[in-house]
Amino acid sequence: MNSAGPVIEARGICKAFGHTRALIDVDVVAGAGRVLALLGPNGAGKTTLVRILTTLLRPDAGTATVAGLDVVRDAAQLRRVIGLTGQFAAVDPLLTGRENLEMVGQLCQLPRRQAQRRAAQLLERFGLAAAAGRLARTYSGGMTRRLDLAASLIAEPPLLVLDEPTTGLDPRTRTDVWDTVEGLVESGTTVLLTTQYLEEADRLAHRVAVMDHGRVVAEGTPDELKARLGGDVVEMLVPGPQLDQALGALAPPRDGGTVDRERRRITMPAPAGAATLRAALDRLDGAGIAVDDIGVRRPSLDDVFLALTGHGAVEDAGSDIARAGNGRRRSGPT
Amino acid sequence: MTTAAAAAAAASPLPRRAAAGRDIAVVTRRNLRRIRRTPRLLAVSSIQPILFVLLFRYVFGGSIHVPGVSYIDYLLPGIFVTTTLFGATTAVAMAADLAGGMIDRFRSLPMARSAVLAGRCIADLIRSVLVVALVLAVGTLIGFRFGNGALPAIAAIGLVLAFGFAFMWLYALVGLLVKDPETAQLAGFVPIFPFIFASSVFVPVQNMPGWLQAFARNQPVSVTVDTVRALALGGPVAHDAWQAGGWIAGFVVVFGWLAVAAYRRT
Repeated sequence: MNSAGPVIEARGICKAFGHTRALIDVDVVAGAGRVLALLGPNGAGKTTLVRILTTLLRPDAGTATVAGLDVVRDAAQLRRVIGLTGQFAAVDPLLTGRENLEMVGQLCQLPRRQAQRRAAQLLERFGLAAAAGRLARTYSGGMTRRLDLAASLIAEPPLLVLDEPTTGLDPRTRTDVWDTVEGLVESGTTVLLTTQYLEEADRLAHRVAVMDHGRVVAEGTPDELKARLGGDVVEMLVPGPQLDQALGALAPPRDGGTVDRERRRITMPAPAGAATLRAALDRLDGAGIAVDDIGVRRPSLDDVFLALTGHGAVEDAGSDIARAGNGRRRSGPT
Repeated sequence: MTTAAAAAAAASPLPRRAAAGRDIAVVTRRNLRRIRRTPRLLAVSSIQPILFVLLFRYVFGGSIHVPGVSYIDYLLPGIFVTTTLFGATTAVAMAADLAGGMIDRFRSLPMARSAVLAGRCIADLIRSVLVVALVLAVGTLIGFRFGNGALPAIAAIGLVLAFGFAFMWLYALVGLLVKDPETAQLAGFVPIFPFIFASSVFVPVQNMPGWLQAFARNQPVSVTVDTVRALALGGPVAHDAWQAGGWIAGFVVVFGWLAVAAYRRT
């Protein structure tokens, strides 16, 4: 791998499942020693792209190289430089934690001794040493996730791919995973991760590719993406019935803003900071609307997502249930 | 190239074929551990063939007369072959690995593409050795004897296991194609009915209608059972043995190839 060149370079990737176009002409580039986040809601195509970049799926069109290796032509060599942690823990519940890691180590072609040594190191590092001899099915969700992560690190891959590493984790375990990822990046690992959580992308990623409906709709550093909104925003919470009235009152300053009807929240650019806030408040007062809350803040990636796609990044409860119902990971365009 | 990548690349001094052999051994060991740690599954999967022995011996045995041989001696070679056909566990295990994400893990590793399937089939072959031994023990208790000497008896058991191994590749393929453990469980029964009942396992083929005889006489289960029977009890072996060997080799080649192809693009 050439440290000067990009670790991931995808050009014009297309993939369809039957009539569903999961990826449409996707370009993505990431440098070494960095974190690239694919951010988007369920069904945006993140997992499909990850599966293509990790040789699990062939693209219908386009080319992609990872660590300078073509994902189709050089698939066998490529598998030597990537570690993949999928969306659902790929851990054998009937093996102990140690056996799981040693197996993966040996299948990464490490000599047996070395696989054992690496397994012991990783068990220690991920706080699993005491549970190393227990069957993985006795592990808690967080322990299983850590074991899964350890398995993808056993051969010290220069590129770690994490598909929704914190989905379904409790907040404490999520922070653990974040700390782990940050530690790996410090030691030079490049990380590609997918996430539905803006907070996660904001905290971990150096570059973010925002995906929606199979396309990359924006790419840049978190700050660049936020800068697209032109600096600070005013955010206000308005009583539900008065939402439309409030929108009417705010025009024209509302231009470039977004509305989240479910949360009764209006967000709009605040080029003049506090003055914009004051102006907005005056207009709402004039219309006889009492706001529940109002403030100026830096834009979040959520604002970016709303502005780019016209809908929020966080999936609604309905699709969560649908996903739990078909717990299969390979449900096509995810 | 970072040091880790270089290390990973350098860590495989083995030539490709030896590396594949090692991968198969690692996966086989994993599957054997799983079998050992699910003793109930092993026990329950052994009940079925034993029930077959007892039911056919005592329920149907009185009504079925095979000239020149006691029914238990006629029956047991058929049951041996049948036990290896109750191979749904191979399909179920494959589908469960797929649904649980293990196959994705394996496919993302720099390991031989055939190793997951071969490791599955070899582990299940070892499981069948246990089941066949159990059936032999029960059969011996209720009167079965190898009447043709030790060497042919060993050859008979070897043929049974080879046949089971060949069918496991079919079951592994089924598991990869149906992708869901419950469906795999049901799909695993599909080959059983035509192949086991329209065969010489339980009754001589001569009493079936003519159109069915043509199938029943030449299908893989029958020629294998007839070979095993001839080895166990004495009689001409060569003709059926060639056919049985052909079926076994054909199954391994065709379904092995199809299964690896399915694994690659799953």
